[in-house]
Amino acid sequence: MTSIGTGYDLSASTYSPDGRIFQVEYANKAVENSGTIIGLRVKDGVVIAVENLVHSKLLMPGANRRIQTADRHVGLASAGFLADGRHIANRAREEAANHRDTYRTPVPLKTLAGRLGLYIQAYTLYSSVRPFGISTVVGAVDKDGPALYVIEPSGVFYGYHGAAIGKGRQLAKTELEKLKLAELSTREAVTEAARIIYAVHEDSKEKEFELEMSWIGDETDGLFVPVPKDLREEAERKAKEAIEGDFE
Amino acid sequence: MDHFPTNWGRPRNDAFDAYATFPIHQRPSNGPKDAFSQGVQRTQQPIVTGTSVLAIKFKDGIMMAADNLASYGSLARFKDVQRLQPVGEYTVIGAGGDMSDFQYIQSLLDDLVVEEFTNQDGHGLGPKEIHEYLSQVMYGRRTKINPLWNSILVGGVKDGQRFLAYVDLLGTTYSASTLATGYGAYIAQPLLRRAVEGREDTLTQEEATKIIEDCMRVLFYRDARSLNKYQIATITASGASISDSKALETSWGFAEGIRGYGAQTQ
Amino acid sequence: MSSLNDVAGPQQRQFNPYTENGGTILAIAGTDFSVIAGDTRQSEGYNIQTRYAPKVFRLTDRAVLAVNGFAADGNMFVKKVKQRLEWYRHAHAKDMPLHAIARLIQTMLYARRFFPYYVYNILGGIEDDGSGAVYSFDPVGSYERETCRAAGAAQSLVQPFLDNQIYFKNQQPAPGTSFPAHLPLPIVLKLVIDSFTGATERHIEVGDGLEMYVVLAKGRDLSGLEGIVGLQELSTKSDGERIFVIRRELKKD
Repeated sequence: MTSIGTGYDLSASTYSPDGRIFQVEYANKAVENSGTIIGLRVKDGVVIAVENLVHSKLLMPGANRRIQTADRHVGLASAGFLADGRHIANRAREEAANHRDTYRTPVPLKTLAGRLGLYIQAYTLYSSVRPFGISTVVGAVDKDGPALYVIEPSGVFYGYHGAAIGKGRQLAKTELEKLKLAELSTREAVTEAARIIYAVHEDSKEKEFELEMSWIGDETDGLFVPVPKDLREEAERKAKEAIEGDFE
Repeated sequence: MDHFPTNWGRPRNDAFDAYATFPIHQRPSNGPKDAFSQGVQRTQQPIVTGTSVLAIKFKDGIMMAADNLASYGSLARFKDVQRLQPVGEYTVIGAGGDMSDFQYIQSLLDDLVVEEFTNQDGHGLGPKEIHEYLSQVMYGRRTKINPLWNSILVGGVKDGQRFLAYVDLLGTTYSASTLATGYGAYIAQPLLRRAVEGREDTLTQEEATKIIEDCMRVLFYRDARSLNKYQIATITASGASISDSKALETSWGFAEGIRGYGAQTQ
Repeated sequence: MSSLNDVAGPQQRQFNPYTENGGTILAIAGTDFSVIAGDTRQSEGYNIQTRYAPKVFRLTDRAVLAVNGFAADGNMFVKKVKQRLEWYRHAHAKDMPLHAIARLIQTMLYARRFFPYYVYNILGGIEDDGSGAVYSFDPVGSYERETCRAAGAAQSLVQPFLDNQIYFKNQQPAPGTSFPAHLPLPIVLKLVIDSFTGATERHIEVGDGLEMYVVLAKGRDLSGLEGIVGLQELSTKSDGERIFVIRRELKKD
C-alpha cells in the first residue's frame, strides 16, 4: 500500500487515484486478525463454527457466544469488531421480521444477505461514518434449501459452499476444498467443522479458545440452534484425535 | 335487490339483537357519514367471525376446543379455519370474534416468539406472559377506541403450573378452571362447571375429551353460527398438540316427532 | 311500508369501551386499624365470569386499595398506582404516606377526566398519626376521608346498613350516654361479614368469596384477630404497621 499517508485513506468518501477506498481496506484488516469463523453449506443444512478466542481466564466459559440468531431459520457470526457484529445481527433481525410482516413468509437468505449488504455498503459512502469492521457469515435453510453467504466490509456478498473468514481462513479454505460439501450431512459437517477449527488454531502463539457451533438441518426441525452438547463434545474429541494423528 | 351481503338473511327487525348473538351482528350504515369519522376508519363491528371457544383444566394440563367455522354474518363462509394456535412451547390460544383481527394477533405473537427465540437466552414465554401481553394489547387498543374484536382464551402449562385465562376486546381478563367465550358462555359454561369444578386434579385426558366433546355437540345443536367440525388442543407438561379436525356425531331423528310448527300440517 | 334499508339507514352504533363487572367493596376505619373488604365474584350481565378475581390489593404495609366497576380499568389503575408507589420508594427510600396516596389517586383519576377510569376506589389504611383511615373516590377523583364507605353493585344495600350500625343513624343513645366515634375490631369484622352475606342474599352480582384486609397501626397488639381461622399476614416488617387478610366463602348461587 504505497499510497498510504497520501491523504486518501482518511475518509470513506474519497477514492485514491488508483480507485481504491482505503478505509474499507482497513476495515478488512480488522477482520483478518479475528478468530476464525467457518461456514459449511451441506446436503441438508448449514453449520457455522467459530474459534472463540478467550482473551481472559476470568471470562465465564460459554457465556460470551459469537454465533447469533436472526430468525428461526437464520444464524450468523461476525469476525472483526464484535460490537459491529452485534449491531448487524440486530439489523438482520429487523430485516427478517420486516420481511415476515410484509410477505407472511420467512425471509430467503439471498434477500436477507442483500439487505445486509446494502446496509453495510451505505457506510462506505460518507465521510461522517466509518465502515463496518466485520465480515459476516450468514447461514440458513430457506424455501430453496441450504444457503450460506458472507458479507464483507465493502458491502459485497457472495454465496458459498464453504466459507472461512478471520485469522485461519487460508488453511481453513484449503481444508474446506478437500470436502465434498454437497454430499455431507449436517451431522458429518459438524465433525468436519470442529476438526478444521482445531486444525487452524495455532496452539503455540494463540490464547485458549472455545469451539462454538450452531446448525440447521434435517435434525433441527427448521430451527437454527446451537449444536447439542454431546454432539459437540464428540466432534471436539474426534478433532483432537485427528490433530494428534497428524503430529505422529 | 339489496346489494349489501351483511343485510341478507337477517330477521326482519334486528335493530336490536333479540337472540343475544355474540358478537352482536351489526349491519353497516350506507348513508352519509359525519365528516370527522371519515378521517379514520376503525373497527366498529366484526365481519368474518368465529364463534365459541371452550377450555378446561384437567389432571395433566389444559384442554381447549373451537370449531372450524368462520361466518360472514349468517353465511357459513369459511369451513376449514383453525381458531386454535400454539404460541411458543407451552401455550395455546383460541379465539372467537373477528378472524382478521385474530390473524393480526397471531402475527404479533409470532413476532414476539421469534424475538424471544433470537435472544437465545434460554427463556421462553409461558402462558402467563403471553396472556399478560395480549391483555395489554387488547386494553391498549380499546383505550384508543380501536379494538381488536375478539374474545381469546389462553391456556398452557409451564414449570408444572397450569394456566387458563380469558381476555377480550375491552381488555377484561379473568381466570377460572372452566372458560367459554361467546355463545359457549351461555350454553357450555354451566355444563363445564358441573363436570369440572372440584375435579380439576383428577380428571383424566379421556374424561376431559369427553366433556369437551359433549359441550361442542350441544353448541352445534343450539348455536346457529357453529359447525360440526372442530379441533381440540391439549397442553401438558410435555408440550402442546392440536388435533386434526373431528366431526361430531349428531342425531336429528327427534325432529321427525316434533309437531306444531314447520312444514308438516298434521 | 318498512323495508330493510329503512332500518339500516340512520343506524350508527359506536363501540362502547366500558362494561360493568359487578361486585361490591367496603372499608371501615377504627381508631388504630382499618378494614378493607371486597367480594371475589366477577360478572358481566347474568354471566359469572369467574368466582375468584380479587378487587382488594395491598399497596404498602399500611395502605390497601379496593377497586370496583369496570374490571379492566380497575386492574390497569391498580397497576399504575403500584408503579407510582414503587417510583416513590426509589426516590425517597420509604413508603408513601396514606394521605399522599389518596391525593395521588385523585390526580391520576382526574388526569383521565374526559375518558375516565370507570372505577370506584376505596383506600384504607393507617395515617402517619397512627389513626385508621378510609378514603373514598368517585371515578374522576373527587374524594374525602370517612369512617366507612361501601361502593359497587350492592352499595345501595350495604351503605344504609353501615350508616345505621357505624354512624348510628336513626338511633337514639340511651339517656346519659353517647355513641362511640369508632367501633372495636371484632365488631367491625362482624359487620363486614354480615354486610357481605346480606348483599350476597339480595344481589345477584355479589357472592362466591370474601377477602377482608385488616391493617393495624404500628405497635397495636393483635387483639380482635385471635382465633380467626385462615388469617394470613402480608406485612413485610414486624415492627411497623401490619397487614392481614382473612378469606371467607360466600354463597355461589
